[in-house]
Amino acid sequence: MVEKKDLIKITDVTWEIPTSYREDMRVPVRIFADETLIDAALGDKSFDQAVNTTTLPGLVSPVVVMPDVHQGYGFPIGGVAASRYPNGIISPGAIGYDINCGVRLLASGISLEDVRGELPDLASALDANCPSGVGVGGSVRLTTKELDKVCRQGSTWALKNNYARRDDLERTEEQGQIHGADPSSISSRAKQRGKGQLGTLGAGNHFIEIDVVEEIFHEAAADAMGLAEGLLTVQIHCGSRGFGHQICSDYVREFQSAVKRYGIKLPDRELVCAPLNSPEGKRYKAAMACAANYAFCNRQVLSHHVRRSFEQVLAGRVPDWDLHQVYDIAHNMGKTETHIVDGEKVRVCVHRKGATRAFGPGFEGLPEVYKPFGQPVLVPGSMGTASWVLLGTEESMTKSFGSSCHGAGRVMSRRQAKREVRGQDLRQELEAQGIIIHAGSMPGLAEEAPKAYKDVDAVVDVVVRAGIAAKVARLRPVVVIKG
Amino acid sequence: MQPAFEEIEHTADWALRVHGQNLTDLFRNAALGMLSMLDIEPVPGKTEKRVFELKAEDTETLLVSWLEELLYPLEVENAAVVDFQVEVLEKVLLKATIELKKIASIKKEIKAVTFNELDIRTVDSGYETIIVFDV
Repeated sequence: MVEKKDLIKITDVTWEIPTSYREDMRVPVRIFADETLIDAALGDKSFDQAVNTTTLPGLVSPVVVMPDVHQGYGFPIGGVAASRYPNGIISPGAIGYDINCGVRLLASGISLEDVRGELPDLASALDANCPSGVGVGGSVRLTTKELDKVCRQGSTWALKNNYARRDDLERTEEQGQIHGADPSSISSRAKQRGKGQLGTLGAGNHFIEIDVVEEIFHEAAADAMGLAEGLLTVQIHCGSRGFGHQICSDYVREFQSAVKRYGIKLPDRELVCAPLNSPEGKRYKAAMACAANYAFCNRQVLSHHVRRSFEQVLAGRVPDWDLHQVYDIAHNMGKTETHIVDGEKVRVCVHRKGATRAFGPGFEGLPEVYKPFGQPVLVPGSMGTASWVLLGTEESMTKSFGSSCHGAGRVMSRRQAKREVRGQDLRQELEAQGIIIHAGSMPGLAEEAPKAYKDVDAVVDVVVRAGIAAKVARLRPVVVIKG
Repeated sequence: MQPAFEEIEHTADWALRVHGQNLTDLFRNAALGMLSMLDIEPVPGKTEKRVFELKAEDTETLLVSWLEELLYPLEVENAAVVDFQVEVLEKVLLKATIELKKIASIKKEIKAVTFNELDIRTVDSGYETIIVFDV
């Protein structure tokens, strides 16, 4: 396993594992972390998995690791790897099973003080209107034909079917629609799973949360986002559900033989891949786009239910109960982007697994209102702790392929969390802090205990000190809905 | 005596160490381990029986396919495997009979059976492997 002596300290928050560490490394690993977070990550196989990832063919230097990194499968969670077109590779396992798992932030003009008494009703309405938990079907049942449309159109399908507003799409990564999606690249099993799950939250670490803006760090950017201290916001964290899981599973299995055909040798079978310009690579990319669009649409349909819940509870009680979208961002995705590498413009496929795109000011895909500031980066904390709204920076373009962290990052296994925490006790503890919890399962709640995660403030501190993100606002939870 | 299966530490996901005297035993124990983690309560009454064969390029891929086959009815049919027989033939082929019941409640979700460092090894007592599940 990688040990601390194998790391080269570049700055207080930047470390490197050089290619000399292991013979099969093609590029070094660059880690953004302070000493404490480095020590935490050395407690599992995070860095070994990052080293394994550097053996993928066609990577552009380096493989980047975020401060919220933790051991995953194949590629660690909290990793970024860019492969060069046309001969580099695409690896489904380096994107993850929950394709386009991501976060959406909605903001309001509702003051917490004005609705404190309505929070229990809001929590119940969200729980009732937003299907969550294991095996719970969605509010929208799709035919195969409609599912194919969702695959191609993403959030645009939601707009056409009255689940979205035009400005929601403008404030979504890629406007909620990845081009190149091809439903014929998807198995009938994936389609069967996708038909009944649109508009569902799922379980595990997915959640809907009402937060209050606790502190503003960048007035102008917060103004542009419609964020002000004391006002309520809503975060939605979920992805492409069983549809995306099946697509990734199908391709990880299929690529077991593709690597043999292309003569690619890897230290871990979960990293299987295919060249971007190969028929297999192109088909996976088209399938991944379908799942990404499904996930954008899923969060959009859930947003519709969140708005409906606010209307049900607050209409007539406050003057304005509207929720506007701040941004929607993916943190499990493979994106075709152009980056400057050694002074040259290079077209790459950036694999972000548990990492968020964090483009700086002025980039083309941003809505006009955000262009002077950079792209909003949404960093949910662990349950009961703060979440952050950040901005992408120019420096992130040169240091991390325009990427930043995605959350707090686990540090304790689910097994250990369940041994140390009782779900019922945790709920009482959080309620004593003024946080209302609705959870489908008490053991599931215990697994997501705040102590199972790193300190999100420390994670954010690192990305800010490293220059790959800037602070806008800190959010504090008041209602948490978990599947 | 090695346990048939045991949960081992993994920061974010679930990992099982599985033993078997032979491959059929290993596949059976892997399925029992996985199903036990889901915490399923079936609806009493009617059971549906299905028979199938699976073929794969190698034994590890066959193991992943076998476990995926047991998970698939959960979401699509709201049905869980409550009993099964499996026989591994020629290392890349298996025959199975599964019995399904509708689900009254299920507490856990497995997103995927991964190939993470998946390697079926021969040991003194037979076979051993570690399977990581994305949850």
